Amino acid sequence: MVWGAAAAVVAAVPLVHLVTRVVGAGGPAVVATLTAPRTLDLLVRSAALTAAVTAACVALGTVAAWLVARTDLPGRRVLAVLLPLPLAVPSYVAGFTWAAEAPWLAGFPAAFAVLTAVSYPYVLLPVLAALTAADGTTEEVARSLGHGPLRVAWTVTWPRVRPAATAGGLLVALYVLSDFGAVSLLRFDTLTLGIFTSYRGTFDRTPAYVLGLLLVLLAVAVARGEARARGRAEAPVSSAAGRPAPRVALGVAGPFATAGLVAVLLVALGVPVVSLVRWSALGASSLDVADLAAAAVATAGVAFAAAVVTTVLAVGVGVLGARWPGRTTRGLEELSYLGHALPGLSVGLAVVALGVAWLRPLYQTTTLLVLAYAVLFLPLAVGAVRSAVEATPPRFEEVARSLGRGPLAALAQVTAPRAAPGIAAGATLVFLTVAKELPATLLLRPTGTETLAVRLWSLSSVSRYAAAAPYAAVLVLVAALPVVVLLRGVDRRRQT
Amino acid sequence: MLVTIRTILAVALSLTVLAGCGSGAEQTAPRIEGAPTLTIYSGRNQELVGGLLERMQTAIGANVEVRYGSTGEMSAQLLEEGADTPADVFFGQDAGALGALSKAGLLAPLPAETTANALPQYRAADNTWVATSGRSRVVAYNPDRTPADQLPPNVDALLDPRWRGQIGYAPSNASWLSFVTGLRLLRGEDGARQWLTAFAGQQPQRFDGNGAIVDAINQGTVTLGLVNHYYLYEKTHDIDPATYRVANHYVPNDPLGLVNVAGAGVLRATDQPELANRAVQFLLSRDAQQYLVDETNEYPTVAGVARSRAVPPLPPIETLSPPPVRLADLDSVDVTQRMLQETGLL
Repeated sequence: MVWGAAAAVVAAVPLVHLVTRVVGAGGPAVVATLTAPRTLDLLVRSAALTAAVTAACVALGTVAAWLVARTDLPGRRVLAVLLPLPLAVPSYVAGFTWAAEAPWLAGFPAAFAVLTAVSYPYVLLPVLAALTAADGTTEEVARSLGHGPLRVAWTVTWPRVRPAATAGGLLVALYVLSDFGAVSLLRFDTLTLGIFTSYRGTFDRTPAYVLGLLLVLLAVAVARGEARARGRAEAPVSSAAGRPAPRVALGVAGPFATAGLVAVLLVALGVPVVSLVRWSALGASSLDVADLAAAAVATAGVAFAAAVVTTVLAVGVGVLGARWPGRTTRGLEELSYLGHALPGLSVGLAVVALGVAWLRPLYQTTTLLVLAYAVLFLPLAVGAVRSAVEATPPRFEEVARSLGRGPLAALAQVTAPRAAPGIAAGATLVFLTVAKELPATLLLRPTGTETLAVRLWSLSSVSRYAAAAPYAAVLVLVAALPVVVLLRGVDRRRQT
Repeated sequence: MLVTIRTILAVALSLTVLAGCGSGAEQTAPRIEGAPTLTIYSGRNQELVGGLLERMQTAIGANVEVRYGSTGEMSAQLLEEGADTPADVFFGQDAGALGALSKAGLLAPLPAETTANALPQYRAADNTWVATSGRSRVVAYNPDRTPADQLPPNVDALLDPRWRGQIGYAPSNASWLSFVTGLRLLRGEDGARQWLTAFAGQQPQRFDGNGAIVDAINQGTVTLGLVNHYYLYEKTHDIDPATYRVANHYVPNDPLGLVNVAGAGVLRATDQPELANRAVQFLLSRDAQQYLVDETNEYPTVAGVARSRAVPPLPPIETLSPPPVRLADLDSVDVTQRMLQETGLL
């Protein structure tokens, strides 16, 4: 409980800041922002983009995971490695390279396509894990009763992966709400544009606070929707006793499915990587290797620290969510999602306010920076912890308790080892997302600490693209490495 | 799985330790033992002014620690920090931002000897900040697509139907907001609103920033761009100027030809005001001005500094004839913002 409360305090930082500032701004200024026609316009745009990208990611991520895990898809082994990798491409890099390669690409279709291409792994990864862990016996039985493979997929497999798919969809939705890089580069205005203009252009911060609170409301609505769509998770049958499901023969549809997935990869990985390699070649001669290495080390260092802290906090919330669901727990979970729906700049400034007022000795130290990352990325780990714990039937703990263990000891000795891979997956997700983070890093890093994202921003904002490209390339590599390790874990479980 | 987790933990832990050691190695200028440390928040890019601020260290006899960010975000941070800021000096690149900080009471008045070098028009009316370099607004265009004699001679010519959907602008960019503020000051509220409404009817294309606009002109996505003069020079740093098809069109005696500034001020919260004043004074020294003019292709704000290179060509500041707008008045961005909101341009 105390654990959960600590997480709640951390997660509440931006909300408290926004509410305090909106109250301080006074009624007329708030009403002026809320009633401006542009506000409604931006709200509708944000909501539309979020809904469209989320729906597309849930469909694409789930189908892709099913194709890789449950069918004889041609090239599935290679695709299983490549498909999660777009997660390593920061949305601003994808947005920038697309805007550079195809300047005619702009507006809703462009933002939709690029955000979908870099966000669907949020759905793919948990669904893939759920498919791998789930027992295939039920599917086999359904097949033996004469149901076609698609019908089995829809009636037997989908209900089982639905919690994983909707949890991933929630992360996509929060991410799209908070994204500024891709939408601004691809020129589709959303609420985050209003927030950035208010902070950086006009120095009148009231609109930024009001629009921030609007984003928070949207996030709550999304989280409620997800809780409803998730429904009650079916207690999965232990995978240790089960067998993998039989692979569905795709026949002539196979090559088409492969081609479709390759097309997605071209959008998400192909264009950015080719663009980066071309620019890197131009800038190779003037590259400062020591500087690049220092930035890579600094990035990995803060990302690792943030992954540990965030995961520890998330375990409190996630375990409560899985084992003691209720009103308080749901409120706690929703609170933990808010930071992820706000742009890094808003959360960063909230932590600045907290730092100078209450935590002065920690201001502009790595400690406070890591705290800001925890606020921003808590939901990535909370979702992973909850589904990992949910996947272990409470019966096992009950058995342990009947043998004389206390409730926490039962949790630690029985559930923790089984949930560990899922929790590690959550930590990995936090690691690679932190590695890509820019606005909060700029505000809160210790003076002189330069991450890859900071260097990339510094060079590209004066158009030194050739010099910037190696930093982007290494950033993609640093973020891709844990994804590969994560997949090996999933893969090994599949084989044992 | 456990083995891999353990390996990652080991590697990452050693990286964390390395990161701790590595961060001190960032400073290229050697630390001066026993000297005080001055903290500068720089809204100007490290690639542009990093070398200059290293030289400052020797010039003022103190260790200079610089936090780099963008002018907008840094101003937001300073406003959020208020009296508790660890910064001594702010170095930003927009009169609106400096004015907003001054208005919020965060900047201390500069002594006369600190700003003595600057030309009078480049000092803030209340002396809380001083301009360290000038940048002109221009209309960027692609010389292959638009002959020079067809370019808009003034701001009203942008409203010609032939430019419908062909003009790029950056709604959240501080320099664009300064341009609109200038227009407002020159034409009054009604005159500005009239122009903005007509401009919105032209369906101008929004971009993330000036750099993106200039790229779009090179690629032919838009025909004209409302930007600052130096983006062209930044762009041709990595790319062969001959293949980069963008040119600057200067519009004298018109709101389009506004000259905006980068500048510096001393934070009221500093506990070493003398050192901070010396730092600002250094930015107005001959040495520093020469550096800025040569490295950033901006205009000097002190008399008698000329560019040491002829390439890329830059029209001399005497030929610019900017409109009569007082820089200090550019801080009324909030009024500008409301107007842009009403006309749907923000």
